[in-house]
Amino acid sequence: MMQTKKIQEQIAFTVFRLLGFLVLGVLLWILGFIVYNGISVISWEFIFSAPTDGMTGGGIFPAIVGTFYLIIGSTLFAFPLGIMSAIYTVEYTKNNWLTKCIRIMTNNLASIPSIVFGLFGMTLFVNTLGFGDSIIAGSLTLGLLILPVVIRTTEEALKAVPKTYRLGSTALGANKIQTIKRVVLPTAFPNIITGLILSIGRVSGETAPILFTVAAYFLPKLPHSIFDQVMALPYHLYVLATSGTDIEAARPIAYGTALVLIFIVLLMNSLAVIIKKRFEKNK
Amino acid sequence: MIETKNVNFYYGSFHAIKNVNMKMKSNSAIALIGPSGCGKSTFLRLFNRMNDEIPGAKLEGECWINGKDIYTKHTQVDMLRKNVGMVFQKPNPFPKSIFENVAYGLKVNGIKDRAFITKKVEESLTAAALWDEVKYKLNKSAFELSGGQQQRLCIARALAVSPSILLMDEPASALDPISTAKIEELIHVLKQQYTIVIVTHNMQQAARVSDKTAFFMYGELVEYSDTKKMFLAPEKEETQNYITGRFG
Ligand SMILES: Nc1ncnc2c1ncn2[C@@H]1O[C@H](COP(=O)(O)OP(=O)(O)O)[C@@H](O)[C@H]1O
Ligand SMILES: [Mg+2]
Repeated sequence: MMQTKKIQEQIAFTVFRLLGFLVLGVLLWILGFIVYNGISVISWEFIFSAPTDGMTGGGIFPAIVGTFYLIIGSTLFAFPLGIMSAIYTVEYTKNNWLTKCIRIMTNNLASIPSIVFGLFGMTLFVNTLGFGDSIIAGSLTLGLLILPVVIRTTEEALKAVPKTYRLGSTALGANKIQTIKRVVLPTAFPNIITGLILSIGRVSGETAPILFTVAAYFLPKLPHSIFDQVMALPYHLYVLATSGTDIEAARPIAYGTALVLIFIVLLMNSLAVIIKKRFEKNK
Repeated sequence: MIETKNVNFYYGSFHAIKNVNMKMKSNSAIALIGPSGCGKSTFLRLFNRMNDEIPGAKLEGECWINGKDIYTKHTQVDMLRKNVGMVFQKPNPFPKSIFENVAYGLKVNGIKDRAFITKKVEESLTAAALWDEVKYKLNKSAFELSGGQQQRLCIARALAVSPSILLMDEPASALDPISTAKIEELIHVLKQQYTIVIVTHNMQQAARVSDKTAFFMYGELVEYSDTKKMFLAPEKEETQNYITGRFG
């Protein structure tokens, strides 16, 4: 009896471990594939110059800059808004109709295909509000896209803060806002950063929402204001892979672009992890 | 001086405190004892209005502290809580440095003067018998302290805003015997300057630290008298039974 149980356990363990290796293997394979195909075009010039020769030569600098602007813009929009609405639902109202609405909306928003956000952004920001194809229209659209993630992760982060902290603070004469500002948010911050990590990955990788709101097919100069169009890495990659003047000639550049995109996401993520670690040390 | 007049407290329809009239003298320690669920914590929380936030809760009767009804429309609850500190069952320091924990109450009460805060932090930690153990690591996280030290830190945190009353809800029940002894010693010293209301399930502890003891059962105040008298010659049979451990 003991024996079979042990063997069962052994088998289960082995299966899980193999699956773990499989997942790791697939990930490494994808990464390796892109590095292998893309590394040859990476150079200072590739990173810091604009595309030339019908996008079969030159670099991708405008697209890198564009993606950075979109990351920053959408984060600046979605984070304050998302954090505030999460504070409202978690700290102020437990179960009134507004909280329920917000919850239902965030759950549904999260499952809407991103192309729909693109259409919505085009209608509202580009046309109705008259921003045109611009960084601001793209940032707001991407911001809406990540808003549910931000609200969700912030809610979870706030709920994870022990109730005894709030009681301790209240008992010292702090009001609700002080308690939230001085105890709850700092404690929840590392977990809120997790939301930041997830949404940066999302923002840098999405093509559909920026297609009709900001992304330029070919624009070899940098934007002057938030009302300018920009190139962005995922859309540039899409263009290079499907509709350039010479797709075969642009292939290495496409892999190079993919490599840079992955690198930027990893860079942002590590930055977020470092900030998170910093904060956790103070506990 | 704390006084309750015909106090009744309800959680929805549940009658948790039943018509309690009680006076507690300043600069003394009052122990609240009784079987669990009899309403000790509820009663304690009346004095810093920590029951306010519980939905569906209702208070009848009056609570007076130092000549003031603390449940009027004009009562400033933050000022009340500055004057009536609270120490919880489990040590609950904030995830901040030792210094910041003690300075917290001052800062939320609008004090910005660094020198004053520093002085207050030292005074409070000294009063809580913790200064010597932490004076070289004030910037270290409060979580690096032992449980007993954390509880004394929480006491220091409460003392920093200069209260006159300290409410303690089973402050030593999560601690080891040595830490418990330290807390009890501390209460002995503190009660000369502060009014201390302490909930405890530990009879010996009540006997050791308090001047007066109140025995609660099912939300009623069964007996309230000098601790010595209570433990040597209780008037009520229920008290006798509870103290001798025949029930509860
Ligand atoms: N927030 C609450 N909501 C409803 N009932 C409560 C609440 N807190 C305590 N009670 C009830 O009130 C009674 C007294 O509780 P409490 O004051 O915590 O007792 P004690 O501290 O003496 O153990 C218990 O029956 C408890 O179940
Ligand atoms: Mg209790």
